[in-house]
Amino acid sequence: MRYAETGFNLEIDLTRGSIDRVATDPRDTELYLGGLGTNAKILWDRVPPETDPFSPDNLLIFSAGLLCGTPATGCNRTIVSTISPQTRLMAFSMMGGFWAPELKYAGYDKVILRGKSPNLVYLWINNDKVELRDASHLKGKGAVETAELLRKELEEPKAQVAAIGLAGENRVYFASIEQGRSSASRQGIGAVMGDKGVKAIVVRGTKDINVAEPAEFMALCNEVLKYIKLRNENPIPGVMPILAGLGSPQEMKVHDEKWHTENFMWGNSRVRRKDFWNDEIARQWADTLDTMRTRLISCYNCPMTCGATISPPGQPTYMMKCFSKLTYTMAAFSDLEFGLGIAQSATEYGVDGFSTPQVMAFALELYENGILTDDDFPGMPSDNEGRFYWLLDRIVRREGIGDVLANGTYWAAKQIGKGAEAYAHNNIKKHEQLPLKLSMLNPIYFLMYSTGEKINITQIEGQFPQAPFFTMEEREDFVKDWFQVPDDKFKQIVMEWEPRGEKSMPFFPTVQMCCDIVDWQERMHYIDDALGMCAGLSSFPLKPPYHIHNYPKFISAGAGIDMDEDKLTQAARRYRTLVRANNIRRGMRRKDDAPPQNHWKKRFPELEKELLDTYYKFKGWNEQGIPTKESLHELGLDYVAEDFEKRGIYSETEDNPSSEILPEEKNN
Amino acid sequence: MAEKKKKIVKTIKVDVDKCNGCRACEVACSAFHATPKYSGNNPARSRIRVIREPLRDIYIPVYAGEYAPAECMGRDKYVIDGKEYEECAFCRASCPSRDIFKEPDSKLPLKCDMCQDDPTLEKPLCVQWCLADALTYEEREEEVEEEAKLEDVEIGLESMIDKYGWEKIMDTVSRMSASKKG
Repeated sequence: MRYAETGFNLEIDLTRGSIDRVATDPRDTELYLGGLGTNAKILWDRVPPETDPFSPDNLLIFSAGLLCGTPATGCNRTIVSTISPQTRLMAFSMMGGFWAPELKYAGYDKVILRGKSPNLVYLWINNDKVELRDASHLKGKGAVETAELLRKELEEPKAQVAAIGLAGENRVYFASIEQGRSSASRQGIGAVMGDKGVKAIVVRGTKDINVAEPAEFMALCNEVLKYIKLRNENPIPGVMPILAGLGSPQEMKVHDEKWHTENFMWGNSRVRRKDFWNDEIARQWADTLDTMRTRLISCYNCPMTCGATISPPGQPTYMMKCFSKLTYTMAAFSDLEFGLGIAQSATEYGVDGFSTPQVMAFALELYENGILTDDDFPGMPSDNEGRFYWLLDRIVRREGIGDVLANGTYWAAKQIGKGAEAYAHNNIKKHEQLPLKLSMLNPIYFLMYSTGEKINITQIEGQFPQAPFFTMEEREDFVKDWFQVPDDKFKQIVMEWEPRGEKSMPFFPTVQMCCDIVDWQERMHYIDDALGMCAGLSSFPLKPPYHIHNYPKFISAGAGIDMDEDKLTQAARRYRTLVRANNIRRGMRRKDDAPPQNHWKKRFPELEKELLDTYYKFKGWNEQGIPTKESLHELGLDYVAEDFEKRGIYSETEDNPSSEILPEEKNN
Repeated sequence: MAEKKKKIVKTIKVDVDKCNGCRACEVACSAFHATPKYSGNNPARSRIRVIREPLRDIYIPVYAGEYAPAECMGRDKYVIDGKEYEECAFCRASCPSRDIFKEPDSKLPLKCDMCQDDPTLEKPLCVQWCLADALTYEEREEEVEEEAKLEDVEIGLESMIDKYGWEKIMDTVSRMSASKKG
């Protein structure tokens, strides 16, 4: 009997319309755990590096995490993996909500889509009954609207729906997959879903999920709940309010946006407004949020209520969480009322809340600087807010300039030319980043921005403080109950880290310390993404309920796999390396591991080189960031080394350029 | 023969305004009632179900109550503070008209037993696991006329007897036990 996992994947061939239920190898669970880990293995095995993202041979994998559907609080994430049309690398994007547990209850760990459907379809998974159904009546409909329609027409009010909107159907490179309050947003996975002709996947499951050691597992869950209560009652002193608690950043609860609005960038990640926040704005924005926010809501089996139902006056109700609250507002130099209003359209269209606002602001910057002209914007209104709505409408339909912008700032800039590339200044690996431009190099963040394969800082940072504490007292107070650390050396670093002087940034934490810190933070995210755990209770906040010490117990008691801290660390290392291997094979090299040039005003090229050199060695990679034969052997990934050998990747003497293929024509 | 007895009446007070729709109660309940205890979970087997429609801001936790052999001929819909609640929203019955409060495989009815256990729990699992404080457990003493309490097995059999009749059930049980002895 399989514990925690179901032991079955759904293999859907969209070209032929065939559906298979395939048993999985429990040995893969031991080695790669599940979720992102096993997704990486499947992509390595089945998607050769020459595969174009819009090829029928690209796979689109929806995976429930290993522990989804068990009573573990907050374990409800779906990990979507494919090849990104924007970055041309392995993409993985996660969504919380209710979909993954429902898939497990239906009896499946993953849904693997291959091929392309000749007509628009939706997949209906109802326990043992799985069907591909005609979705022509849903063409062009919003993602939220589609979910409601499908629940109604199937007469299944408890079914969970993951759907694309118009943006996904039109293969916008930052199209998302929407699911209730949750969204798998980044790296254009929605475009792949649209390319494959799948409008939605509907799931309903009424079977059991079993755990190996029932009493032990429940005891672990109860401990987590107890600690959550404790942390909720004891926010961490001496840090930003938004970082003091658990959960995703509680943007739906917090009214005080001084930190975000004065430290993050406005426009096309362009302008810092240090004196923006004042009492008048505070009052106005609090009023807006209180009026529009109907209820604080949670994901499956989680108490944190990070999300909210939002009802902008005169617009349909939708749901949101986290930083999308401000990204549109700030890109448009507008207010919260505008931001929450346009986010409703964005959610129905199904677009990513980090990239989209920047793409639109980018377009207007090009217009203001004469690189794009009136001819490119026929009929665009003259008022600021109106322009953003107009641009959004054009982008999701790929109309006119919208067709260029729909590929994201990197590809759009290339296509437009005339110096546009200078305006696409906030990308890593062709993918838009959080709008943040700071002053002093942060060596920890340098490594995370450079090497994070998720290409999003929020999904590699977390458990280590973002800045030093000012007083010894604060530091002692912080470390005294910091049991989540894998090793006491992290406490020592916090004790020594100063805001000024010798032991301050960029030279402290030291290069070696930075390697340890980044490795730990990244490892926790990778474990979360295999188990299906929400980072909000684990890898993202300070002092979380899930950590390296109790995770092995959860896996043992839940999945029945013999697991300890070392084995877990090794497993996470294994599939993290496999993700990298997928990208190396697709042409990624050291030169791609770089933050945006202007990310910090004060750069330190020598230190940065030392950081990357040391970190690469630390991870078991050569100077090009390619995992060495030795480190691959140590992880049991000899098959990767063999493949690299065959492809001549180890015998390169110069940089291989990353794929510079232009986007495919839409009508192929 | 009915006699006056002091009994404890157990209530779970549901504050629908506080419910955030997480359904942890469904997980905890179904896990507690799994055999062996906690060996599995399945919201479809939960004795508490949350009617959840986030876009209309409807969140109603409902507890499984009596088994009803037939559906209501006439049904009611409530409009409360401008929100229209679907018919059967507040009903606790295990009823032929819907799937909830039944085992998904056998279709046998489910009924909330306040997590009866030995030793007695301080409060039912759903209340323990609801950190939103939408569920509050209350006990009070009452003098009532004592009635025989049905166990899970009896509830199941009662419904089958209702459906198939005494004779058929007795025959089937005899036949099955005879073939097992062979």
